[in-house]
Amino acid sequence: MDRNLDPSIVAERMQEPNIFRKDELEVVGQRTPKNKHLPDAFGLRAPPPAPRPWRGGSSSSSSTAPSLVDSLFQRSLDDLIKSLRSQPASAEPVLLSRALAEIRREIRSPDPDTKAVALQKLTYLSSIHGLDASWAAFHALELLPSPSPLHKRLAYLAASLSFHPSTTDVLPLSTHQLRKDLSPSSPPPFSSLALHLLSLSASPDLARHLASDLIPLLSPRASSTITNTKNNNNNSSPLRPKAAAAALRALSLCPDAVPLLFKPLVDCLSSPVPRIVSTAVGAFAELVSTTDPAPYLPLAPEFYRLLTDSRNNWVLIKLLKIFARLAPLEPRLAARLVDPLCDLLRRSSAQSLVFECVRTIFSGFPDHDHALRLAVDKVKEFLANDDDPNLRYLGLRALTMIGPRNSWAVEESRDSVIRSLADPDPDPNIRREALRLIMGMVFDTNVVEISVMLVNYAMKSDPVFANEILDAVLTTCGRNVYELIVDFDWYVSLLGEMVRNPHCAKGEEIERQLVDIGLRVRDARPELVRVARDLLIDPALLGNPLLCRILSAAAWVSGEYVEFSRNRLELVEALLQPRTSLLPPLVRAVYIQAVFKVLAFCFNSYIDQPEASQVSSLGNSTTGLGLTIECNAAAANCLSDDITGMESADGIASLLSSIEKKDPFFTCEYLSHILYLIETAVGPLSENADVEVQERARNVLGLIHMLKEIPVWKTEEEGFKKDKDNRIGKIMNLMRALFSEELGPVSVNAQKRVPVPEGLVLKENLADLAMILTEGDIAPSMSISFSLRSHQHMEIKDEAMPSVQSTSLLAEHRKRHGLYYLSAEKDDTESNDFPHALDPLLPGSHSDATEDLVKLTEQSLIPRKVKPTKPRPIVLKLDEGDGVSTSTSTTVKESKDDLLSGAIHDVLLGNEGKPSSSQKRSSNKSSGRRVKEVSDNSESVSQSKENLDLGDRENRSSRRSKHRSHDKERHRSSQNNEEKEEKSHRNSTRSSHHHERQKHRQRGEAPLNVVPQAPVIQDLLL
Amino acid sequence: MIRFILLQNRQGKTRLAKYYVPLEDSEKHKVEYEVHRLVVNRDPKFTNFVEFRTHKIIYRRYAGLFFSMCVDITDNELAYLECIHLFVEILDHFFSNVCELDLVFNYHKVYLILDEFILAGELQETSKKAIIERMGELEKQE
Repeated sequence: MDRNLDPSIVAERMQEPNIFRKDELEVVGQRTPKNKHLPDAFGLRAPPPAPRPWRGGSSSSSSTAPSLVDSLFQRSLDDLIKSLRSQPASAEPVLLSRALAEIRREIRSPDPDTKAVALQKLTYLSSIHGLDASWAAFHALELLPSPSPLHKRLAYLAASLSFHPSTTDVLPLSTHQLRKDLSPSSPPPFSSLALHLLSLSASPDLARHLASDLIPLLSPRASSTITNTKNNNNNSSPLRPKAAAAALRALSLCPDAVPLLFKPLVDCLSSPVPRIVSTAVGAFAELVSTTDPAPYLPLAPEFYRLLTDSRNNWVLIKLLKIFARLAPLEPRLAARLVDPLCDLLRRSSAQSLVFECVRTIFSGFPDHDHALRLAVDKVKEFLANDDDPNLRYLGLRALTMIGPRNSWAVEESRDSVIRSLADPDPDPNIRREALRLIMGMVFDTNVVEISVMLVNYAMKSDPVFANEILDAVLTTCGRNVYELIVDFDWYVSLLGEMVRNPHCAKGEEIERQLVDIGLRVRDARPELVRVARDLLIDPALLGNPLLCRILSAAAWVSGEYVEFSRNRLELVEALLQPRTSLLPPLVRAVYIQAVFKVLAFCFNSYIDQPEASQVSSLGNSTTGLGLTIECNAAAANCLSDDITGMESADGIASLLSSIEKKDPFFTCEYLSHILYLIETAVGPLSENADVEVQERARNVLGLIHMLKEIPVWKTEEEGFKKDKDNRIGKIMNLMRALFSEELGPVSVNAQKRVPVPEGLVLKENLADLAMILTEGDIAPSMSISFSLRSHQHMEIKDEAMPSVQSTSLLAEHRKRHGLYYLSAEKDDTESNDFPHALDPLLPGSHSDATEDLVKLTEQSLIPRKVKPTKPRPIVLKLDEGDGVSTSTSTTVKESKDDLLSGAIHDVLLGNEGKPSSSQKRSSNKSSGRRVKEVSDNSESVSQSKENLDLGDRENRSSRRSKHRSHDKERHRSSQNNEEKEEKSHRNSTRSSHHHERQKHRQRGEAPLNVVPQAPVIQDLLL
Repeated sequence: MIRFILLQNRQGKTRLAKYYVPLEDSEKHKVEYEVHRLVVNRDPKFTNFVEFRTHKIIYRRYAGLFFSMCVDITDNELAYLECIHLFVEILDHFFSNVCELDLVFNYHKVYLILDEFILAGELQETSKKAIIERMGELEKQE
């Protein structure tokens, strides 16, 4: 670099690229900002190079350090942005990396201007292009102490955008500079910047160290002196509200700061400057909503005063939020608040405020009919707003809050709710809320109509919403062990109907409910088996992976309750149809197990036939139901009594008739046909790759072989019967014993009742296990895929088997169940073409559907007292905890919250002195003002009464607290003690900054101590 | 409390991002991507509120720019919607008929305005006039 370069030439060269780029931009046709000179006017660009002092060759000699050329020819941010914009997007990565390399060099420059511009460019790149800027944290810190407001601002901006409280390791280094900028002697814009950084990136440590420095900024006197000297504008002291916001962050970060910061923050509430009050209220709203609200109760009179005085909607909304949290804790508060709330509701034209009032009334004061009525009317106005979806949505939201106790309100707006659901082009949000509301209106009298309507509607909706509907219906109907369901036959068929929805993805829940109803509701079993049969027989369903879990449940149900099946042959065929090969192995295993049960049942029935025909007694019919023959007469009687007790007489009669009807089927040919069918279909599966399928298949085949080995089997029916007591009878009895015991629901708490065996340590750390099970070891996976034979061998067999057999089987199956196959050779997985059992409205015009929907619900949503046609069957429940969702979930509070609220509790309740005095002072002032302003002074009277009430509570709770039980008389002296305590506490925790801190504190607390504390007022309060 | 504010264009390019809760960089990028995907395809006739994880996004579209604000689930939706509009009005006033490029070239000033408007996730000032005045003061200082 030539040192004797003429500065004017340099200046000329600097101009060139800029002009050139500008031209380029215009050619490209991109818009340049209107005020091109703004960056310069704002001072953010590097100043022209000419006046820059020469620094000699030291910086240019080193190869890594930025050379003078870099400083001279440094690109400004505008240049960078323009160059980025003028290039196509594909070149961006190259440009970015080049710019980054440039910045890395420039940022190390000793010249603050160069450094500042580099930092500015980096900040831009990191915030807009997402480049990492954390590496430059130190450089931002370097620039923080700069006396130039411009550099300082750049540095603070970079810091606030890139600093992260937990990962920026240089953060503690900023403590000193922040303190310096926060001090009252520094200019307010600097303090303002420091407050911003503090509120954005503070770590708990930083907050702890700087908490005391916030006090002077928070106190009214200090901030007014600053503004007096600097601004001469007393009203708009810009720092106090900022300090309040920063104090909020500091409080939530480190609860230790509560004794320091809380009182100044409370004082902000009584400031005459609306902006300060607004911020303080916002801070308290945040504190109350994130922590335990109880400690803030003593501030209620202050908030109440603001609620009646303030005209700022933002403040009012925040106040309502606070009261919504406080009201449940203090019942007397609600009565006090209702009037101002109704006032606001009537008076305000701001929808946001109106909505907040409605929300507060619905959630907090459900007992005040007058207010409720007013709020419901407002909600109706919201809902009637057809052109503003926001208001309609919020109206629906509000209705969901109203709770079951006042369901009349929802009932009144029924039409709007239904309309929102059936809207042709609805927002998913609105639809979801409408659905939630409709489900909230479901009673046992209308559950049938609403569910059918919704399930039909789901047929026509988009996949996402269809599943939301199904989910809502399933959860509502399944709530509290099906407490809403009277007619289980209907419900079971509805479950079957849901499966027919092409978008149905609720397999898991439907599976659970199908099995669960089977276990719990004895009377629903025949219908359950019928529904399961319809599902199993349909080959189209087998191709849908979402439904396989439902099919698994259907297979299990029809196997377990095979006695209710009309046609076992058909069932076996359905369970063994060729397309079952599409099912996952675990479901297939369930299918084969079901076949096993059917087989066992058929043989049992065949053996028992003569008895059944000879003695048509109840005891025998129950043996037909699969009870063991071994169980003695007494037990059988006992059981039959049990059944008669539970079932109605006609239920038994139909049971008997169905059994009688079935009986003729069990002939020798019938059985041998079933045997043949099972053998051909299950045979190939005995060498299936999946061990579960293989095992079940071998079980079935083993039984068949055993039966076939018995020579008697081949003889005539007579001979077979004579041989009954021999092997076949024994085998079948054994099989029967296997499946006879009825499966029941298992209590949720069952596991708890199992005693832990001795020597078993449940809580032992299993970390070692990870070491043992390293990669390549046996992964604890669920899919068991090993087999006894080699894989290669298996695969060949697997492929060969179905290809030989499946074509013929498929053809046969198609012939038999032509209904379920498509006429053309199309893909069978298309599930749209099968007839829907319960759906009367197949794709019609949309408007029709909507009208139907409205009509349907109009009838059904009115809770009617309809006498159920048949009594609700018994639903098995085990104990209290079984299936009942316990809604009283205790919220686990964070320890920090506890600390914070505990600390605030201490400050407000234990140490009543200062806050209560400020409270009283302000409320007294305000009530005095109101007497002057408002002619009707009943309000102020009531308020002072409230003060009394709250004071009472305060006193009580303070007496309750163990550590700080003061006497009223010794109140002030104890307060002094408190102060000393506080002092010593702080000194002990932060001994390093002892002197400085003390200075600050004195300055900060001085105005507070001056506040006159009239003992009379205090007595009134307490 | 406001968790973050995002200004994104229709292509998903972030024009301004201010986080009032500390997030890692990777998490920020994820959030920006997710928020853009959530709001960009919504019909103009839809509501301006979307649920986002455990919070909710209040957003509003101005020409090609989406102004999104993430707030707590209990916060007042309409108030924050007004808040967005106020912010846009301030920008509009400050840049006299604001457009996306103004924000690109003056991004630091947008931050400055935002800082006068919102601090620590809480609204600082609801008066447009006051903010404009204060911005004027800040500009005068330099």
